[in-house]
Amino acid sequence: MKFNIYRYNPEIDAKPHVQEYTLEDIEPGTMLLAALLRIKDEQDETLSFRRSCGEGVCGSDGMNINGSNGLACITALDGLKQPIEVKPLPGLPVIRDLIIDMDQFYKQYRAVKPYLVVNDPMPEVELSQTPAQREKLDGLYECVLCACCSTACPSFWWNPDKFLGPAALLQASRFIEDSRDQDFEKRLEDLEGPFKLFRCHTIMNCVNVCPKGLNPTRAIGRIKHKMVSRSL
Amino acid sequence: MGSDKSSTSIERRQFDTLIIGAGGGGLRASLQLAEADLNVAVVSKVFPTRSHTVAAQGGMNAALSNVSPDNWHWHMFDTVKGGDYLGDQDAIEYMCRAAPKAVYELEHFGVPFSRLDNGKIYQRAFGGQSQNFGGDQASRTCAAADRTGHAILHSLYQQNIRAKTHFFDEYFAVDLLKDDTGRVLGALVFNIHDGSIVVIEAKTTLLATGGAGQLFKTTTNALINTGDGMGMAMRAGIPLQDMEFFQFHPTGIAGRGMLITEGARGEGGYLVNSDGERLMERYAPKAKDLASRDVVSRAIAIEVREGRGCGPNKDHVMLKLEHLGEDVIQKRLPGIRQTCITFLGIDPAESPIPVFPTAHYTMGGIPTNHYGQVVIPVKDTPEEPVQGLYAAGECACVSVHGGNRLGGNSLLDILVFGRAAANHIISYLKENKYHRGIDDEIIDKIVTKVKRYDGTDNRSADTVETVAMLRAELKQTMESHCSVFRNKEILKEGVDKVEQLVKRMENVRIDDQSFTFNTAKVEAFELENLMACALATIHSAYAREESRGAHSRTDYTERDDKAWMRHSLYSFENGLDYKPVRTKPLSVDSFPPKPRVY
Repeated sequence: MKFNIYRYNPEIDAKPHVQEYTLEDIEPGTMLLAALLRIKDEQDETLSFRRSCGEGVCGSDGMNINGSNGLACITALDGLKQPIEVKPLPGLPVIRDLIIDMDQFYKQYRAVKPYLVVNDPMPEVELSQTPAQREKLDGLYECVLCACCSTACPSFWWNPDKFLGPAALLQASRFIEDSRDQDFEKRLEDLEGPFKLFRCHTIMNCVNVCPKGLNPTRAIGRIKHKMVSRSL
Repeated sequence: MGSDKSSTSIERRQFDTLIIGAGGGGLRASLQLAEADLNVAVVSKVFPTRSHTVAAQGGMNAALSNVSPDNWHWHMFDTVKGGDYLGDQDAIEYMCRAAPKAVYELEHFGVPFSRLDNGKIYQRAFGGQSQNFGGDQASRTCAAADRTGHAILHSLYQQNIRAKTHFFDEYFAVDLLKDDTGRVLGALVFNIHDGSIVVIEAKTTLLATGGAGQLFKTTTNALINTGDGMGMAMRAGIPLQDMEFFQFHPTGIAGRGMLITEGARGEGGYLVNSDGERLMERYAPKAKDLASRDVVSRAIAIEVREGRGCGPNKDHVMLKLEHLGEDVIQKRLPGIRQTCITFLGIDPAESPIPVFPTAHYTMGGIPTNHYGQVVIPVKDTPEEPVQGLYAAGECACVSVHGGNRLGGNSLLDILVFGRAAANHIISYLKENKYHRGIDDEIIDKIVTKVKRYDGTDNRSADTVETVAMLRAELKQTMESHCSVFRNKEILKEGVDKVEQLVKRMENVRIDDQSFTFNTAKVEAFELENLMACALATIHSAYAREESRGAHSRTDYTERDDKAWMRHSLYSFENGLDYKPVRTKPLSVDSFPPKPRVY
């Protein structure tokens, strides 16, 4: 099986290049991460990428695979067109090979104040929440911060410092929808203006690439709807 | 950049507390400390939400009584029994008493727990949990679907953002800095992004680095679980405790290792052999599939050994969930459903899942007391605190899990003892207000170590070893020689092989000489830590001539409380040593050892 992998080491390379690797004897059902680990172990220990859990939960190994963003550990090699083109996630600076600098992405995440705000005194037991209220968080809380969505979003590419991007907005929605949170008004206010939220043009790239099957576009729509109903 | 740097030109930072590791234990501690207005640094080799806590599935035990009548004392009994009477009962009482508060705190931090109709936190049945000291099954495990670890880790990180904790993301901690009185003064770390070395001076240091599941070839653990804190402790002269007790989770996906939560059996799933027989009825007539993990893992291994395994190679058993119905599976077990679809092309709502016992959890670790202080034997005292050093979570051995951890007690452990360690640190810092300074000599020694992989090697290729080869051999050795069942002969061979591998480690060289995000260098340091853990594990296992908890010897099949109700300690300097189990709880009567029946 053939792989064309993006290589760049700023200490050595004037500009990025593509390196070809070939692996034999790949068992059916093998994931891309396993292939990359084999290349690193058997052929080229300088090939650099992030990885950890290997099962799509930690969000470390987001990369661009045959033109589409995804997690290497849950992307099966079967069915991928060869040679498999592997590149870093687009739109953010490359540190080395498949490793991008995610500072801007994390900054946008922090910008939505992604934590529960409760102003009332806390009870000595749990805050009450009905199953129906809790269900509203399904599809919002499962995000693994892999950045596949935001780095697939043209609005994020053009304005990464002004548009918060789908991942951060999904988080914003996760707290706006939480029946326990008491910062609802402020959260909506903070998203006003032409850029932070409203640069979303519902291109839906985020939905197409999310490895967890989440739907940031719908979450953004829910926030917009809440803003509109609030201003009426 | 990383070229010739003497200690005088190395960046130095000062903090009240240095926390190494950003999983649940580290982040619970950092939050407590940041809220006490202390200056805290969290060093993590990965971005915090990539830590392995994120992969915990089933839940966290606490006697909330939301579903079945419950109290902490019953939980304590189950934990003592589950650990096969090797756990320290003071620490176990402390943890079980603290559990409800720990869960409520998490809920207040925002954890999206699943809910009951009355608005309270959902609790499911889990292995080894009983009502009334061994009576009916208890529902004690608080869950956020089957993504409880993810929900907890993200909420804790989010609260740390609010508290403005100082993070050193993607920095690798190499070694502890220790003065000649044995006091720990911080650690030497390097920035993975550019290779630059930083000395972090701290009045207190907390190790929260997680377990060493990468010791084994087939494991549920993340690639980052390389026992880094345990390796650092051993190199600082601190022994590792009870390392022979390694948990094999009954339901890893056969041959691949991905975890299928015990919650799958808690929700009503069960195991069958090739005859379609519900096998656990024979091994644990009462608790059946919800017996302790060591019991279920042994049962599966015996079924396979006796020819009742499933599949063309008869090398696994099946976990059946279909009868639960798609609704329950989607609501309570959505994560493992997705994992099965992704990795096996099987929907557990339609077909059973092939499973086999898989390396999962390090019960042993750095010895601590229930304040999180690292304790070592000094002369006649078995447990003397190491000044300035704490440990919590899987890297520590407090010991609440004894010889076998109960499902749902590991998330509890990290939260209770992360918090306890932070509280002790706060009081310690009131008495120890000032930094003590670190001699250049101490730093230079570790700087030399950081640079040991720098520069090309001019020796002939046949004496040079690679990280990948040695790591693969180590994992295969541990899998073959230190698995579910063990005996003298197999362990002796294992000891010899591991010792050879440790020697060969000195010949490791790496090709990657870059200072930019050099993952090859990180992997070399990780392998050094794994080697230390392997040495402690295999030596302790070889020496323990009894069967207790997860340590099953086919040549010593019984538990021997007279000779072996004691903790193993293994250090580079002194080899094996032992200390008594703390059988006296804090306030209640001790649970004396009894035969363990489920």
